[in-house]
Amino acid sequence: MKPLTYPLATLGRATLGFLAMVGRVAIFAGQSLSHIVRPPYYPREFLNALLNIGYFSLPVVGLTAIFTGAALALQIYSGGQRFSAEAVVPQIVAIGMVRELGPVLVGLMIAARVTSSIAAEIATMKVTEQIDALVTLSTHPMKYLTAPRVLAAILVVPALVGIGDIIGIMGGYIVGTKQLGFAPGAYLTNTWNFLETADIVSSLVKGAVFGFIAAVMGCYHGMNSGRGAQGVGRATKTSVEAAAIMILAANFLLTSFFFTS
Amino acid sequence: MIELTNVHKSFGPKKVLAGVNLTIPRGESMVVIGGSGTGKSVLLKCILGLMTQDSGTITLDGEDTLKAERDAFLARFGMLFQGGALFDSLPVWQNVAFRLLRGSLARPWPEAREIAVEKLRRVGLTADVADLFPAELSGGMQKRVGLARAIAAEPEIIFFDEPTTGLDPIMSGVINDLIREIVVEMGATAMTITHDMSSVRVIADKVAMIHGGKVQWTGPVSEMDASGDPYLTQFISGSAEGPIEAVR
Repeated sequence: MKPLTYPLATLGRATLGFLAMVGRVAIFAGQSLSHIVRPPYYPREFLNALLNIGYFSLPVVGLTAIFTGAALALQIYSGGQRFSAEAVVPQIVAIGMVRELGPVLVGLMIAARVTSSIAAEIATMKVTEQIDALVTLSTHPMKYLTAPRVLAAILVVPALVGIGDIIGIMGGYIVGTKQLGFAPGAYLTNTWNFLETADIVSSLVKGAVFGFIAAVMGCYHGMNSGRGAQGVGRATKTSVEAAAIMILAANFLLTSFFFTS
Repeated sequence: MIELTNVHKSFGPKKVLAGVNLTIPRGESMVVIGGSGTGKSVLLKCILGLMTQDSGTITLDGEDTLKAERDAFLARFGMLFQGGALFDSLPVWQNVAFRLLRGSLARPWPEAREIAVEKLRRVGLTADVADLFPAELSGGMQKRVGLARAIAAEPEIIFFDEPTTGLDPIMSGVINDLIREIVVEMGATAMTITHDMSSVRVIADKVAMIHGGKVQWTGPVSEMDASGDPYLTQFISGSAEGPIEAVR
């Protein structure tokens, strides 16, 4: 090979490698969905996943949402003052939280908390031969490990997003009424009247998609981790990076789908 | 009977198995020995279908293992992994009774627990251990729990991967004796992978030595010491001098 073609070859290899990985992830995601609907089912694993992904994520989701809603109210008030539009704080906080910040921040928090934990757990199971042990015990690892986690994430992350939206709006409400002088009743009325069904539906759909991405990326990188502690560490790091980027990309596509027609 | 015919397996350019031929008759205890990295574990994983051989055939009672119905095929096996491979998230008794709580062999929980406690007792552990988690056990206890899990569903064939690795000599002796007792008691076909010669002498009916990706020597354990095979002799004596290179 001539030296002049080295950069092209490197670029080609990287592109092929990337496309191959996209293909493998897509196949893995498809298999995960197919295992969800085909027996055998593992209800205990599903309930455990519901608890871990949903219930135990509530504190981090709540704290993230309340501070974001509160900061958002301050920013909108201060920015709105420049053209005498500070009265729109309740509406913009509501739309900002429900359409965008609620789902995205919950998605990213789930990527940080749940994707990393799934990837580390499954990768450790792989390194310590627990996945092989599952197979020898006539248990399909995709059915036992992946399907319950993916299904739980699809179902519970929209609920977390809904809760995050409400807590975020409440953060804006507290700042609006205690610090910025809004009347409590008027703040809530403006919030409620301004929101449309499509805003809420888009928020929940985003939650389901982000939950799916977070769980699939955790399971995929865990199942395909390298050997030893370094392999587990790399799988965990890569899973969170991939989930975060895919969540942000999916957010753009879903926002385009819901609100640009 | 398990029969391997001309089994090959490579990882990239590295040939690990280069034409393995081996027969494990029903009810016999075969111990496979060989240096580190000679493909003993790969051989075992190929039989179980955890890896697929590149070429050659592996049959169980005449049926090609690649064509066998997976659940029915695996239901005939029990396996003790080198590190125990116990599930961290489950208490000991659920590890032991894993197969009895799910799938075609599923039983009511109280019955499965009773069997698990009985199997734990069989490997010398008391009922107190049943509700502990694997991380709370010593290495020797984890091996025993792994052994109890391997025999819980009373399989026809049991595989033991390096059963005494990481254990002190006394605990190794206990595990070796347990394996021998259980295999004889259950009449199971057993295949053990080890480079611990004391395990070989206790566990084996027959021995197969793997070197260079092939079976270098195979025969009854009673003939092992007088085999005259230079590779086997060097391996048994643990000498650095001989046809097996010390640096691999």
